[in-house]
Amino acid sequence: MTERPTAPPALFRPPQISWRWLPVFRRNLLVWRKLAVPSLVGNIAEPLITLVAFGYGLGALVGQVQLNGTAVPYILFLASGSVCMSAMNAASFEALYSAFSRMQVQRTWDGIMNAPVRLDDVVFGEMLWAAFKALFTSIVILGVMLALNISHSPMLLLALPLLALIGIVFSSIALIFNALAKGYDFFTYYFTLFLTPTMFLSGVFFPREQLPGVLRLISDVLPLTAAVELIRPLFLGEWPARALLHLVVLVAYAVVGFWVALALTRKRFRN
Amino acid sequence: MSPAALSPIFSVQALSKHYGASTVVNNLSFDIAQGECLGVIGPNGAGKTTTIRMCLGLTSPDTGRITYFPGGSAAAALHMPQDAMAIKERLGIVSQFDSLDPDFSCAENLLVFGRYFGLKDAVIRQRIPKLLEFAALTHKADAKLSELSGGMKRRLSLARALVNDPQLLLLDEPTTGLDPQARHLMWERLQRLVQQGKSILLTTHFMDEAERLCNRLLVLDHGQKMAEGAPRELIAQNLESEVVEVYGAGALSLADSPLKALAARLEVSGETVFFYTHEARPLLAALADHPQLRTLHRPANLEDLFLKLTGRQIREDA
Repeated sequence: MTERPTAPPALFRPPQISWRWLPVFRRNLLVWRKLAVPSLVGNIAEPLITLVAFGYGLGALVGQVQLNGTAVPYILFLASGSVCMSAMNAASFEALYSAFSRMQVQRTWDGIMNAPVRLDDVVFGEMLWAAFKALFTSIVILGVMLALNISHSPMLLLALPLLALIGIVFSSIALIFNALAKGYDFFTYYFTLFLTPTMFLSGVFFPREQLPGVLRLISDVLPLTAAVELIRPLFLGEWPARALLHLVVLVAYAVVGFWVALALTRKRFRN
Repeated sequence: MSPAALSPIFSVQALSKHYGASTVVNNLSFDIAQGECLGVIGPNGAGKTTTIRMCLGLTSPDTGRITYFPGGSAAAALHMPQDAMAIKERLGIVSQFDSLDPDFSCAENLLVFGRYFGLKDAVIRQRIPKLLEFAALTHKADAKLSELSGGMKRRLSLARALVNDPQLLLLDEPTTGLDPQARHLMWERLQRLVQQGKSILLTTHFMDEAERLCNRLLVLDHGQKMAEGAPRELIAQNLESEVVEVYGAGALSLADSPLKALAARLEVSGETVFFYTHEARPLLAALADHPQLRTLHRPANLEDLFLKLTGRQIREDA
């Protein structure tokens, strides 16, 4: 068993996850607890400004929006979409800029892997951490929406696990680009070429029915579309249509996204 | 008690690693005994860091076997890479570049790192005061990392590597960049660890450090073992006992003068001529006729050995 060459393990082998992801998660939690208040202000100020500016400003012009045959106030339409968008943005920022700092700049991951923690656990812990931040941000925003009396449907409780899933989807996808990045500049492409179009094509600001044919087709397969389709009816106190299909889409994005992110991160760390 | 007499705690057999056409580590084998400090010295690019990374399972070797023997027991042998996690649970590592957490205090750095080993918070908190004391950082327990000097950071890295009470420490250039005071404190701590029975694998560029700390040395160049043995023995085996360095106006012309016959071996580097000899007195007497030259007479040391084995030319990547 000794002198024969050993083939390096395959990049796309199944994730090897143990409970050692938890100390990685807790490490990030401990840092965040020291900086929670300023970080919270930064995370929720922008979505709330968007909500107030577009919701009340544009909402006064638009009035009501047709949603599956019923007319709903624009602010309700926008609020339900923008909470999904906030989850997407919070997860993406954390899994790109912050994860890259820990991986590349501070060498935190290198330090962790000197201990008995696998790269798979580090990536899994980072993914769950970014999803947790997304969930936390969206809960605060939901709280403000409740206070503003935009919706108080008890079905909003169902939105919480869904927002966590949205966080998992977008942190997994972001970690793919984290694994490929040479520097922070790379992430600008991800934001301008993927997240911004996603934001406008997923029915956050206006109904997807407005989109021309090709864009509509793209919109149909975007993960944020599935998220908005699931969350928006909950604001109205209704069950989402085709809920299972949308759930499958989100879970598929999460599983494939994480798997690819892990494989590419393994490649980055293999030498 | 001679450490070499003990059974090895760590063993590397026929390790090789290539990147493309270049061979970084070539058929390297060595053992580390319990309570032994093994030094690995070699020029930049000799394969020291790659060897350490392979010992940690961070880089996969092309060929070879890496085995850890818990408590020196051959029956309980653990193999890289399949037992990587079990091996790392028993290792302490200080890498070449600090990977301490800048967001945490000294004590928090130790706590968070201990959790990576699956240790309970209560157990780690019990160990923290002792570890800080060992690192001479008790007064800095709650200090942020930015308040620490370079030496303090390296000692905190060492304390962090001890949080799991490892039997074997792998230290990659632990004193590079430190001032003499900080290096001496680090040496004193490392000697204390060896006295406690811990084993150490240490890479270094400092020959005084290698000679002072290490029971045994491995000279590595181009990924190959050039020599192995106790520092004094290596010098005695490979070198003449005395060196006379001559420099100053006209020194280089001595290299072709009759004085050459008074030395066993002669080297020229820059403006200095190095005479290697077992008996320097005739040479020194002859040099008295050249009062314009400056001479330095000294015993041969590890640096002479290192330069003899690995050459005096600067490496491209140095």
